[in-house]
Amino acid sequence: MKKLTGRKIFKGKTEGQILYTTEDISFYGGCDPETGEIVEKGHQLEGVSIAGKVLVFPTGKGSTVGSYVLYALSKAGKAPLAIINKATDPVVAVGCIISEIPAIDQIDIEKLQNDQKVEVDADKGVIRVIED
Amino acid sequence: MTLELTAEDKKMLYGDYGKATQKAMEIITTLGEIYGARQLIPVSSVQIAGVSYHNLGEAGLEYLDEMAQDGTTRVLTTLNPAGMDLVEWKKHGISADFAENQQRVVDAFAKMGVVTTCTCTPYLIGNLPHYGEHIAWAESSAVCFANSVIGARTNREGGPSALAAALTGRTAEYGLHLEENRQAEVKYVIQPELKNTDDFGLLGYVIGNRTRKAIPYITGVPNATTNELKSFCASVATYGGVAIFHMENITPNNTLVPNSTETVTQDDLDEARQKLDDEAADIDFISVGCPHASIEEIRQIASMLKGKKVAEGKTVWITTAKPTKDLAMKMGYYDLIEQAGAFLVSDACCAVAPLKGKFSGLMTDSAKACFYARGKNDFKTEIRTVEECIKEAVS
Repeated sequence: MKKLTGRKIFKGKTEGQILYTTEDISFYGGCDPETGEIVEKGHQLEGVSIAGKVLVFPTGKGSTVGSYVLYALSKAGKAPLAIINKATDPVVAVGCIISEIPAIDQIDIEKLQNDQKVEVDADKGVIRVIED
Repeated sequence: MTLELTAEDKKMLYGDYGKATQKAMEIITTLGEIYGARQLIPVSSVQIAGVSYHNLGEAGLEYLDEMAQDGTTRVLTTLNPAGMDLVEWKKHGISADFAENQQRVVDAFAKMGVVTTCTCTPYLIGNLPHYGEHIAWAESSAVCFANSVIGARTNREGGPSALAAALTGRTAEYGLHLEENRQAEVKYVIQPELKNTDDFGLLGYVIGNRTRKAIPYITGVPNATTNELKSFCASVATYGGVAIFHMENITPNNTLVPNSTETVTQDDLDEARQKLDDEAADIDFISVGCPHASIEEIRQIASMLKGKKVAEGKTVWITTAKPTKDLAMKMGYYDLIEQAGAFLVSDACCAVAPLKGKFSGLMTDSAKACFYARGKNDFKTEIRTVEECIKEAVS
């Protein structure tokens, strides 16, 4: 079983399916706060909902209001189960803390791929691939 | 390197002071860990952004309400502009629905002990740190002004992290709190003479677009007023994310002068103006006061508008802070402006008010206002001196 270790950004444990992108995400303006759909024009995930997924992306970009979008998603039940980054930016970090979304960074995200089933233990900063 | 917490920091983190303080401390310590801070430091002043209901939305408001349940500010905390004038919103065409929601946002902040100034220029109305003081400010233009012109020390905070600093009185010691990260990295020699706030905005546009996060050291500007510096700060922060710059003989911070040198020519400024001027802009909206106008700027505008009338089909917003508006009322400037058919709008600005669809073309002296008018409201823009803006309004 493949295991990756990084750094805890916000605590929590969960299990779910990976939604993977090699492009950075701007939550403010780039993600619909009510549906969880990525709406940024031309983004790899345009039209795809991040709700209920283990969302893997390099880092965040854009306005600091993005933290509140993660909070809105979690209130609407449309937040990702967990967030995995190469390097978490402050906007996403703060968003995960206020929304209580488990998050890990300093992960070699190239070693993960779409639709893998993974176990996330953010307390220890560990991701385990259960099913490829 | 690990983040060391004091006994008091730990009490906050473990929830001894309630849930809001605990959440706030989680934010501060997590940012500290991400950026490799060794400790938390006290801050004496906070400026919070994310106030317009237009940007915050219902979820943001819900978060504020949650924090307001048991959260109280520990230090002087002031607020960024809201989406409307909190008193005269009706005559500016703001809907009652929006007004109600905007008021709920302001009330939530007030409940936490935030001074609801609603301005992007807190340093003009009573939140004025001194040289070397550690503060935690959001609002990119004010951050740039505080670091560069005043010489206080702050990172570029976001809405929630600034609120977290307010509730804990702490921030993590990293980034621009540390001397070594405040040194100039590239020298800009300014050749053209800068005459007005719009020229300083254009210079901010040129340097902002060029500097790629390298801290500028600017020479060749013999003098600059506070109004011109606030225009420059807003622009260089908007177009380049610049949080600190040095200007020879004008700003107070010590720095080594970098060897790497760039030149800014009159052609560069002209090109910037061309880029901010849309072709065939049909100007129906004139706004001055981004960042918020000072009493001196309002005094000048009032004298330009004296006895004149704003042309049919045009709307004029002069935006400022409420205490400055009150002073303008006392001095009779408000009457001169409003009798001409222009609005002296407090608490809000053309960048955060819900104005989309209401106008088609903005004329302003502010390079920053051009950015938001285009990006958020789909307005066409023209950048001119304040005098030319007022001329356009009454012609």
